[in-house]
Amino acid sequence: MNTITKSEIVQKDARDGIFPASDVMLDLKDLKKVYPTPKGDYVVLEDLNLQIKKEEFVTIIGHSGCGKTTMLSMIAGLNPISGGSISVLSKHIKGPGPDRGVIFQSPSLMPWMTSLQNVLLGVNQVFPDATKKEREDVAKYYLQKVGLEDAFHKKASELSQGMQQRVGIARAFAIKPKVLLLDEPFGMLDSLTRGELQDILIEIWNKEKITAVMITHDVDEAIFLADRVVMMTSGPKAKIGDVLAIDFERPRTRKSVLEHDDYYAYRKHLIDFLEH
Amino acid sequence: MSASLTLNKVTNFLGLRIFSTLKDLFTGKLEKEEFKNFLRKTIVPLASILLFIGLWHLGAKSLYNTEATFKIEKALQDQGLEAANALEACIASGESSCQPNTLPSPSQVWESFQSLLRDHNIISADKAAFIEKTAAMNEKRIAAGKDAIVYTGRPSFVDQIFKSLQTVFAGFLLALLIAVPLGIFIGLSPTLKSAFNWFIQIFKPVSPVVWYLLVFMIVKTLLIGSSEDSSFTISFISVGLCSMWATLVNTAMGVSSVDKDYINVAKVLKLGTFQKIFKVVLPSSLPLIFTGLKITLSVAWMVLIAIELLAQSPGLGLFVWEEFQNGANDSNAKIIVAMFVIGIIGFLLDRLMLMIQNWVSFDKQDAI
Repeated sequence: MNTITKSEIVQKDARDGIFPASDVMLDLKDLKKVYPTPKGDYVVLEDLNLQIKKEEFVTIIGHSGCGKTTMLSMIAGLNPISGGSISVLSKHIKGPGPDRGVIFQSPSLMPWMTSLQNVLLGVNQVFPDATKKEREDVAKYYLQKVGLEDAFHKKASELSQGMQQRVGIARAFAIKPKVLLLDEPFGMLDSLTRGELQDILIEIWNKEKITAVMITHDVDEAIFLADRVVMMTSGPKAKIGDVLAIDFERPRTRKSVLEHDDYYAYRKHLIDFLEH
Repeated sequence: MSASLTLNKVTNFLGLRIFSTLKDLFTGKLEKEEFKNFLRKTIVPLASILLFIGLWHLGAKSLYNTEATFKIEKALQDQGLEAANALEACIASGESSCQPNTLPSPSQVWESFQSLLRDHNIISADKAAFIEKTAAMNEKRIAAGKDAIVYTGRPSFVDQIFKSLQTVFAGFLLALLIAVPLGIFIGLSPTLKSAFNWFIQIFKPVSPVVWYLLVFMIVKTLLIGSSEDSSFTISFISVGLCSMWATLVNTAMGVSSVDKDYINVAKVLKLGTFQKIFKVVLPSSLPLIFTGLKITLSVAWMVLIAIELLAQSPGLGLFVWEEFQNGANDSNAKIIVAMFVIGIIGFLLDRLMLMIQNWVSFDKQDAI
């Protein structure tokens, strides 16, 4: 019970924006999203405030259709903002850009390209001044990190879903974004593959410490990966309902997390929120 | 083993699986289930072809009899009994001058086909002899700055086929060069789309004949004063304009319906316009573009005949028209030969496009 109290304090901090401004990587202020319909405006998100620190991993959990994906695609710049603001390092974002890497729910690889070409597509764009060899080395490094050293020259259409999503992870990290946005990246995979990919993701993340925002439906995934779990209320007019700080030291292993005394308390907290 | 694997691959690739099945039948490798399949896929089409030839034979015979009876009766009325008897005897004897002029029978068509091939051999030999004879003379003429003497004899049936293929490929290339880039622009820009939409809707259904006349009007004026024969130019441009619409519409559709995920990736990576088109949009719309090109090629081949006929441009269309005008005994049979040749070449062109499509398409499910 002790932990919950502690997390309540942290969550209060998060809502009030108590972080020092220099620590904030991503800042959502009074964010609003409205879809006009013939029957009047449909408000998806309203008064959504969230600050994410540098080198923080935040997972977002909430019911289907509550507007999680809308929020993420607004941060990515793929969906226009109706009100409020989004800033990265105190600068308002204007449209999409490689400072915010995205790992989509479907791998979204170009099926006619090899895995190396897919990763290079982004790398070439972000490091135009590097030599061809340097860029290839970057792409190959990340493909190796996700365990695809034998599949550099395989067409994306020949890879399994899980392998494709590995390429997706390599592609996102290889462009060295400031913020990594993950939209339920493992939702379409079977649970074994999902576990493998979570391990790969967190292993690379431990090295690179890129600020990450990840949407998930999976309570265990949310706890295993995150520094904080953000719970969203159900739509319409969804906002942040609750924030839970996960106080496990890093690097974590799945075993140590599952055996930790606080694990079930965290889990109960999240499930209680989702069921009410 | 490896040889048969290759055969399977090749025949599957061409969509002519029938050959590998036939081989299996003779080598005794066929299972019961496969045998049923073989019956359906091979024997049934063969039987239907035989049935078709049989019906054609009977129909031609009946038309022949109708025409013959009519001719004899007419002779009886106009010239009396003696002339009628003479005509009847003449028809029965198979004498070519008095044969009824109607739908030729399959055997007559086969006969004509062989005679066209013989004719081709004779003409080719003629041409070769001519070239050999004039070679030395031409060398001197060219050295003296004069034009070489060229063979101007009648083209054979096979020459006409190649001429037609030349026209159709020139037209197809023109259609490709216009329709694919234009389609990409239309697909990318909603503004261009609304600018061109009416244009496409109105001109798409226009008949080949009218296209020909339009091209004729323009090219005639453009080439004014030139002594060159413009019939080839006119016909290939008309073929291109008639047939490009399918490619234009399909390309525009393919480009405007690229998977949203790919577009999002391009946006997140901030790809430039050029990169976006060549790395993302074009490859992903290739399958649809190729479907369009396939339709374009088959339309081009179909309208070619009508256009050659109008333009008096050498080729199968002109061949058909000349035979029709000619009205000789075997003219009808030659027209039917041309019909089959046109059909078979059209089929082969379609296969060719399918092959190229399978080869370039990233979606390899249809291919080997």
